[in-house]
Amino acid sequence: MLTRGKRSAPPEGGWREVAVRVLRRPSAAVSCLVLVLAALGAVLAGVAAPYDPAYQDMSAVFAPPGWEHLLGTDNLGRDTFSRLLYGARTSLVVGVGSQVLVVAIGIPVGAVAGWFGGRTDEVLMRLVDVVYAFPDLLLTILLRTVFGGSIGMLVVAIGLAEWTTLARLTRAQVLALRRREYVVGAGAIGARWHEVLWRHVLPNGLGPIVVAAVFGVPRAIFAEAALSYIGIGVQPPTASWGSMVQDGYQAMLRAPHLLLAPALAISAVTLAFTLLVDALRDAVDPRLRPPR
Amino acid sequence: MVRFLARRLVWFAITLLGVSLITFVLMHAVPGGPWDADRPLPPAIIEALNQRYGLDLPGWQQYLKFVVGAAQGDLGVSFVLRQGQPVTEVIGQGLPATLLLAVGAALLATVVGLALGVGAALARGSALDTLTTVVVMLGASVPNFVLGVVLVLVLAVNLKLAPTFGWGQPQQVVLPLLTLAALPTAYVARIARAAALDALTEDYVRTARGKGLSERAVTLRHVLRNVLIPVVTVMGPITAYLATGSFVVESLYAIPGSGRLFIQAVLARDYGLIMGASLLFAAIVATANLVVDLLYAAIDPRLRTPG
Repeated sequence: MLTRGKRSAPPEGGWREVAVRVLRRPSAAVSCLVLVLAALGAVLAGVAAPYDPAYQDMSAVFAPPGWEHLLGTDNLGRDTFSRLLYGARTSLVVGVGSQVLVVAIGIPVGAVAGWFGGRTDEVLMRLVDVVYAFPDLLLTILLRTVFGGSIGMLVVAIGLAEWTTLARLTRAQVLALRRREYVVGAGAIGARWHEVLWRHVLPNGLGPIVVAAVFGVPRAIFAEAALSYIGIGVQPPTASWGSMVQDGYQAMLRAPHLLLAPALAISAVTLAFTLLVDALRDAVDPRLRPPR
Repeated sequence: MVRFLARRLVWFAITLLGVSLITFVLMHAVPGGPWDADRPLPPAIIEALNQRYGLDLPGWQQYLKFVVGAAQGDLGVSFVLRQGQPVTEVIGQGLPATLLLAVGAALLATVVGLALGVGAALARGSALDTLTTVVVMLGASVPNFVLGVVLVLVLAVNLKLAPTFGWGQPQQVVLPLLTLAALPTAYVARIARAAALDALTEDYVRTARGKGLSERAVTLRHVLRNVLIPVVTVMGPITAYLATGSFVVESLYAIPGSGRLFIQAVLARDYGLIMGASLLFAAIVATANLVVDLLYAAIDPRLRTPG
């Protein structure tokens, strides 16, 4: 990721201003809508799904879209629409959950390395470099092999593989901010390092970090979907858009909608995130502030 | 420069060591043993197998054996898929296909990405600029396997333009190549455009134009040089992407490459193969990053001053 922020304080007006700026862009506004829909689908899957996603109705295999089954059924008679909703849940839980882990590991590591410098910094950054040296999907696959294929374990596997960029970013932010007067002043009046970091440094450096964390969500969604597509992600009968794409691909000639539905879902969500992140990045960049 | 090189090489070796340690630890942390795959084996056979593959030695000894062997090019043997065959041989069988795809995708991405990016910067607001934006958006967001399956559906099935799977004939390279190259193309185009836009506003471009250089010479001599630097830098992460992308794309198009072999090893729980292949892939990516760093130092004259 190329960060441009040399001055990285959030704009005057705080995060509300950021939100307004983001939503002013039509592409970002639409993206937010798409994501809200996806999130609603994920959260309300339990009530909104007409069928149990794992329920196999062998008498209605490959049913075409219709009133009984909004998007038809797959090769095992499972309702596609329901699986799509539960798949949204899988994707979003893995996507957001893994980023929570990324933030929980990356920010402390980066902050401590940037703050203390010296030996600590060297050691921590070497660790970051080694983990970073793994192509991320490779490390995720290795971790998943150890931890197993439940959604929770997938969150852990992806999170453990992807925290390094955020750590580096946090470290850069801390390095940039630690000589500011208010930081030095806080230390001078006796605040301890973790208080200074928590109260003064991090809140002011948060912009690019938030952008990076949000950017990590579609990457995590992609990782889960790709793994499930290959067959080493979530295990059936858990619904996942990735495995739905695989199933749909097998049945492509008979029922192309089985392929197109999850493909469109994944594309829409990842595209929405990308557009949102672009808008967020611009909204947080102080150099793009309109003159007052 | 020599000091930079030496430090970089030392760091390269340490990284590989760290990668091997993590891989080793992970593979041995898997619950159950490598022989648990399908049917429970009688303990006598398990013991014999362990002895045969050196798995009865204490952990640190196994690790040392592995590292010493790896330094000499021996990455262990496959336990399940091709019992007893050295990992290097097994993976090696798939390398021609994987390299063809990966190198092809890298070249395609660089050429097309540069053309689109620089072209869009030179012709701001034109159709090319919009096209580039769209390509960047889609290429960077749509997951590669989704793009792949849709391509297969549209091009091969409906329009019958290109073969959908298999390997051995030239036209079977087309779809996998396009699928794999999509994301790198988008990245290169985006970075090339940003760098070209930056370069075009620089003073040296105005100077060059003031000297009377044709627009084409300006582009080639000054803009391109400065666009190449960030593009070269991004080749590192792109190599990492090509390595992992090969897993997905080869599985999708049933291409007998190293990526697909690796996935098969994971599915078959062939830990010997998984471990050796992981180290190999990570080593390739680390080497690519090393080369990129060196190239970067070579291209950017500012870095050559002693420091």
